[in-house]
Amino acid sequence: MILDSKIPAGPLAEKWTKHKFTSKLVNPANKRKYEVIVVGTGLAGASAAASLAELGYNVKAFCFQDSPRRAHSIAAQGGINAAKNYQNDGDSVYRLFYDTIKGGDYRAREANVYRLAEVSVNIIDQCVAQGVPFAREYGGLLANRSFGGAQVSRTFYARGQTGQQLLLGAYSALSRQVANGKVKLYPRTEMMDVVTVDGHAQGIVTRNLITGAIETHAAHAVLLCTGGYGNVFFLSTNAMGSNVTAAWRAHKKGAHFANPCYTQIHPTCIPVSGDHQSKLTLMSESLRNDGRVWVPKTVAMAEKLRKGEIRPRDIQEEDRDYYLERKYPSFGNLVPRDVASRNAKYVCDEGRGVNETGEAVFLDFRDAINRDSEATIRARYGNLFDMYQQITGENPYQTPMKIYPAVHYTMGGLWVDYNLMTSVPGLYALGEANFSDHGANRLGASALMQGLADGYFVIPYTLGDYLAGLGTKPVDTNHPEFEKAVKGVKDKISKLLGIKGTKSVDYFHKKLGKIMWNDCGMARTAEGLTRAKAEIKALRAEFWKDVKVLGENEELNQSLEKAHRVADFLELGELMVDDALNRNESCGGHFREEYQTPEGEALRDDENFAYVAAWKYQGDEQEELLEKEPLVFENVKLTQRSYK
Amino acid sequence: MSWVTKTLSSTLGRKLIMALTGLFLILFLTGHVSGNLLLFKGDGGEAFNIYAKFMTTNPAVKILSYLTYISVIGHVIYAIILGRKNKAARPIGYEESKSSTNSTTASRNMGVLGTIILIFLVVHMQSFWYQMHWGDLPLVEYDGETYKDLFSIVTFAFQNELMVAGYVIAMGFLAFHLSHGFASAFQTLGLNHKKYTPAIQAVGKFYAVIVPILFALMPLYIYFTS
Amino acid sequence: MKLTLKVWRQKNNADKGGFVSYPIDGISTDMSFLEMLDVLNEELTEKGEDPVHFDHDCREGICGMCSLYINGKPHGPQQTTTCQLHMRSFSDGDTITIEPWRAAAFPVVKDLVVDRSAFDRIIQSGGYVSVNTGGVPDANEIPIPKTIADEAFDAATCIGCGACVAACKNASAMLFTSAKISQLAMLPQGKVERKARAEKMIAQMDAEGFGACTNTGACSAECPKGISLTNIARMNREYFSAVMSSENV
Repeated sequence: MILDSKIPAGPLAEKWTKHKFTSKLVNPANKRKYEVIVVGTGLAGASAAASLAELGYNVKAFCFQDSPRRAHSIAAQGGINAAKNYQNDGDSVYRLFYDTIKGGDYRAREANVYRLAEVSVNIIDQCVAQGVPFAREYGGLLANRSFGGAQVSRTFYARGQTGQQLLLGAYSALSRQVANGKVKLYPRTEMMDVVTVDGHAQGIVTRNLITGAIETHAAHAVLLCTGGYGNVFFLSTNAMGSNVTAAWRAHKKGAHFANPCYTQIHPTCIPVSGDHQSKLTLMSESLRNDGRVWVPKTVAMAEKLRKGEIRPRDIQEEDRDYYLERKYPSFGNLVPRDVASRNAKYVCDEGRGVNETGEAVFLDFRDAINRDSEATIRARYGNLFDMYQQITGENPYQTPMKIYPAVHYTMGGLWVDYNLMTSVPGLYALGEANFSDHGANRLGASALMQGLADGYFVIPYTLGDYLAGLGTKPVDTNHPEFEKAVKGVKDKISKLLGIKGTKSVDYFHKKLGKIMWNDCGMARTAEGLTRAKAEIKALRAEFWKDVKVLGENEELNQSLEKAHRVADFLELGELMVDDALNRNESCGGHFREEYQTPEGEALRDDENFAYVAAWKYQGDEQEELLEKEPLVFENVKLTQRSYK
Repeated sequence: MSWVTKTLSSTLGRKLIMALTGLFLILFLTGHVSGNLLLFKGDGGEAFNIYAKFMTTNPAVKILSYLTYISVIGHVIYAIILGRKNKAARPIGYEESKSSTNSTTASRNMGVLGTIILIFLVVHMQSFWYQMHWGDLPLVEYDGETYKDLFSIVTFAFQNELMVAGYVIAMGFLAFHLSHGFASAFQTLGLNHKKYTPAIQAVGKFYAVIVPILFALMPLYIYFTS
Repeated sequence: MKLTLKVWRQKNNADKGGFVSYPIDGISTDMSFLEMLDVLNEELTEKGEDPVHFDHDCREGICGMCSLYINGKPHGPQQTTTCQLHMRSFSDGDTITIEPWRAAAFPVVKDLVVDRSAFDRIIQSGGYVSVNTGGVPDANEIPIPKTIADEAFDAATCIGCGACVAACKNASAMLFTSAKISQLAMLPQGKVERKARAEKMIAQMDAEGFGACTNTGACSAECPKGISLTNIARMNREYFSAVMSSENV
């Protein structure tokens, strides 16, 4: 099978307009004859469910949390990009497109990214109309700030809680449709499987997380808006419940999984403090505007620090290594996320890490405070400093912050065509759950943009095109495929509960996380990846022999929920390793140590790897099949990134 | 249900009644304490008795007094209705609660304080208000006109230590009730503004102290001077 | 640190439930409160006992999913969410009492997990601006004074955790409801429907069985986002003016 991206022909700037015109429409009276399932209620899911319900479709929306408002989109801090050019600083749809393609290290589709930039302006209008309280200037107009990877100010924000405000906007639109009876909401419900009939997605199997009831839902189309899979690393900035289960089970039902190895590792997170750690907390990238990153010059001094024999302030200027400023004199502490992360790893690998675990570097505000006064720094970063102190118990005004990179976002995901349809007809993936717009690296403030673009402005057009071709025959859950899927789910549950082994689900999750972090994290090698693959296989086998899941299915059972998710991570982990092993180049969030410039920068291989790696599931314990979608660049020239 | 009954049966409508009746009772207390200051005049009760007659006969005052009765009854009834709803909203309480760290004792115990004040009110009205209206009071004559000698009843009552102590303690409870109720009524009416609220709160605190003290001084003054 | 945890255990909504005490050792001051419970659950799992169920998700203080009434206060001794509470706020040898949110409108699902869908229904009754996707004016068409936008934002930061209800002696949801009414009443986009919104949301709030407001201020004092009582006053104004002047007879 050849993956058809269905990118419309014609000039880049006209593709979307033309495509919207040529797409088939469903007449208003017929829309109410269609059922649509939306799994996940984050930015992509809530916006899609609301918009489709407004059009007249009957929507069922599912989320595993107790309310749609909890989806992890809520945690995004920085902002949302849009090519409004309100600042008159030279921004344009084309520039946003260009920055995003370049930021993604030329591993994304031009047409998708251009469309993203194009609809970005509508998103801001929509959100303001919903009552999202964006930051404003004294004149009453919207404020913007600049963000990494861009030379214009195009980021709209609501203090450090932009994701929250946008999600609550989408949630309110969704709630309105729930009240209208056009959306039926299923909170605390987890999708367990996709049901396909004659190759088309036609429903899902769910588990009611409170009663354990296994239920079936039929629909003309299924939309997966289930976020990313960063929790495969156990420790990440994702929410505890964030998981790959919906996407993975769709994958096993025939949806290709694209570029799974593209992982974004954010450089400024609060370091791990011990084995008990359950999640990592991000500190906004903006801190690097004033903070200076350093470690001691010698391992001996770092050891003294770790033992608590000396304090950071005792280390003299000449004994400090401001390694980012030293290696990248022109960008200094403001190098892009991947570069900053990798260099933190290098110095810690050398034994110069500064906390007890040896995995932290300093982010020091001493010079900024001396230069601008403590009050100024407090005004800029007060809430972040407070959060840091709350978590670590240390006062960052007096002693440097300790930071370390952490997994933050996954650019890979379910393969989708231009219409956001996966390789299973009728099955769609939106937002972080798909792979489409960020290439190998995502720019700051672009995740919110993509989630909402997909949900508000792309899917309402592209879904209609599919449904119109389907006819209005009602769907139901009587087909034997539903029964088969239910049996599969029930068997899996019984199996998990029946193992009655000796080790908890978290034990396996933590172990998997360690393997992934060490060998498929910030820097990867063929050797490490090969080792990781063997280790994951062994761990998976051990899991299915020795996991201990207490309780029963017919109750709220958080161990069972976790067990399902970790079982899927144990399979996904291997695919990530396969993908990383296949991609013999370094690009964006994927860094293979074998492929770097003499200066230690990522070395792309455009000749051999300018493609989307889409993996097809071949059966349990079978190697997956790689299918390639070539990336064609007609509008941008591929260049090597340099931040020297 | 009409919009009026619907509004008055909503929690906010009921709160509105609590606030309006409460504020009216505060107005009443202001008038009551001002008039009763005549007890301190030391004229053998002449001014006080004249004032008492005026208060029971003047038609305008009559209307106000009926409003006061309605306010008392409304305040009590709606306190009971809201109290029951509030109780039902938390059928199982907490094992451990540190509510003193987030709110004042008075604010959490308005119902208890109100009940004590109500009991006091019954005793108080029986002692004086009932006597004044229907009791067999001695008569006095000033400038040829006859007045009921309420003053003598008052002075007699406050010869009793228990009565004096009871009044003083009751005024303590009133102080607590007012310390929260005054500003709270404005908040319920939606009158919260950073320019005015601090002033409302300050006046509320002052009022909650000064009015009960003046009331409490009356039995004490009479007890120690006669 | 060595601690004793006195935890509310309740198998399901029909179960009566009760407290069970668990000794726990080896707790580091760097742990978050939820990580301490993770440790407890690992130990319980090892012993073959059902782990303690509690709601949590983002663990960075924004999703509002975590709850817990800890030592007599919602989210524990600090004015933050339970996930941001760290064990350095406790001392070695402490006994920590952990209870679920208590409110008729928040029935217990299991152990410390409660059902807060009443909040969703309040929002569904009117906590939105009725605009469809597309066809909206340009974002800069209507200037909004910065002070108004900031105040609306302050109200909009509510995370819907329910600490206000848990803290209130009447289990009242007025702070939650008022935060949304207030946010939308202040912004020009929300003003169009302000009357209907106030009437509908308050009717729903009452129907859910939350208590009334006694203006104790406990809700605001315990709110992890510090939502102000001025929102309740604004809601009251909105409601009174709505019932006096709306077309809704």
